[in-house]
Amino acid sequence: MKEIVKVEHLTFEYSDAAVLRDVTFTLNKGDFLGIIGANGAGKSTLIKLMLGMLQYDSGSIELFGGSIKDARAKIGYVAQKAASFNSSFPATVREVVMSNLYPKTGLFKRYKKEHEQRFQAVLEQVGMEDYADRLIGKLSGGQQQRVFIARALIGEPELLFMDEPTVGVDAQSVHSIMRLIKKLNNNGLTIIMTNHDTPTLVEASNKLLIFCEHGYEEFVTRADLSLEDVSDIFAGKRRHHHG
Amino acid sequence: MDNIFAYAFMQRAFIVAVLIALIAPCIGITIVLKRLSAIGDAASHSALAGIAFGLVIGINPILGAVIFAVAAVIGIEGFRKKFSRYPEIATVVVMSAGIGLTAVISGFITDGSENLNSFMFGSIVAISDFELYMTIALAASVLIVTMLLYKEIFFITFDEPAAKLAGVPVKSINLVIMLLTAITVSVASRVVGALMISSLLVIPVAAAMLIAKSYKHTLVISIILAEAFTLIGLVLSFYLNLRPGGTIVLLGVITLILLMFVKNK
Repeated sequence: MKEIVKVEHLTFEYSDAAVLRDVTFTLNKGDFLGIIGANGAGKSTLIKLMLGMLQYDSGSIELFGGSIKDARAKIGYVAQKAASFNSSFPATVREVVMSNLYPKTGLFKRYKKEHEQRFQAVLEQVGMEDYADRLIGKLSGGQQQRVFIARALIGEPELLFMDEPTVGVDAQSVHSIMRLIKKLNNNGLTIIMTNHDTPTLVEASNKLLIFCEHGYEEFVTRADLSLEDVSDIFAGKRRHHHG
Repeated sequence: MDNIFAYAFMQRAFIVAVLIALIAPCIGITIVLKRLSAIGDAASHSALAGIAFGLVIGINPILGAVIFAVAAVIGIEGFRKKFSRYPEIATVVVMSAGIGLTAVISGFITDGSENLNSFMFGSIVAISDFELYMTIALAASVLIVTMLLYKEIFFITFDEPAAKLAGVPVKSINLVIMLLTAITVSVASRVVGALMISSLLVIPVAAAMLIAKSYKHTLVISIILAEAFTLIGLVLSFYLNLRPGGTIVLLGVITLILLMFVKNK
């Protein structure tokens, strides 16, 4: 099976305090990795390291068998909505989503007809086709997050990072967003996702990276793990061999 | 009533004003939406020190302004890195340095303190050939950058981390925008005045944001508003014998307040 992500002995410290220590895991095409842990356990830090937004101290990260920089055109990123955007910014859904066509267009180039078609297709995929020319700040939290998912998808990524994509989103929208994400995964998209909602994440993913309460990480393939098993691993009541 | 265009200096003033009103929102939209509006003030106060410096050593004051304003925006970037969690410190420190330098250097101006005054509040009677050509070159540069880098500037302004991740050369484009801000502020100080130019960067964009339906729309409306404020301001200042810079800025503020009032109704 095609190896998409390979993280080995990854260590990262913030001013002498280890945030990540010796993290190792691999993901294949079509995997859905759920990252579970308490606030401040290093979930977002790991995603930022994998995206090259932070520099790690030791270990290695390979995406598609190479460096993060070389994999740029194959990755998509959906950040926590609240952290990523100013709702009074005067931008339409079209402007926001199409901006992420940059890896395809390059510097100085204008959008072409095929880019507009791709935009329409991706908007339909997330169920927002009627909102193309609406101001993003006027949409509900759930709709805004769909727009950010569309922005990530327009670049046709093979690996999608999602950092708490359902924070600030109403319960009904959480369900439909998770359904959408699961559908993308079923169509072969590899996904790495953090979420404070552990049951939802355990249900959606096939692999889990658990930042345990006692400061170590466990990487498990959760084929036969129940939510209770995951809670026990998180609480340190049982150890699990790296899967 | 005098024909406003019968005077060569007014024709020149109009050309310069139209060009500055065209480019100020192109720069302003980025600094407003990135919440860096105070950079205009810091750069313009430093430009004033450069104007005083130019008057003291006998070079064109606008050239002095450009040198000092460019140094100011580079300084702001330096301070912002050092105090990354308190970005406003950078603008305040650079602005204070600009005001301090203006106060000290202006003490050495033996002839032409009236000239310094005209740069502070704007003047339309004394635009030289050099300043006219400089404005044309600047306007061309800003328009070319705005058109060529339109989608990249939008992406950086809306979501800088995402733009960086997509491979947009964020650092270089930010530097270009900062340099153009410094140069625009310096060149525009002749007509609008160094103490008021930052409002021409900010007010048309702020007013446009109240009614615009997209980023592109915001840019277009802010250019139309800046042209309206500037041209009406120049005509009023000519016939009513008012300071052009102050008239232009006050027209902008009144329009902004009216729009806010109408929007809230």
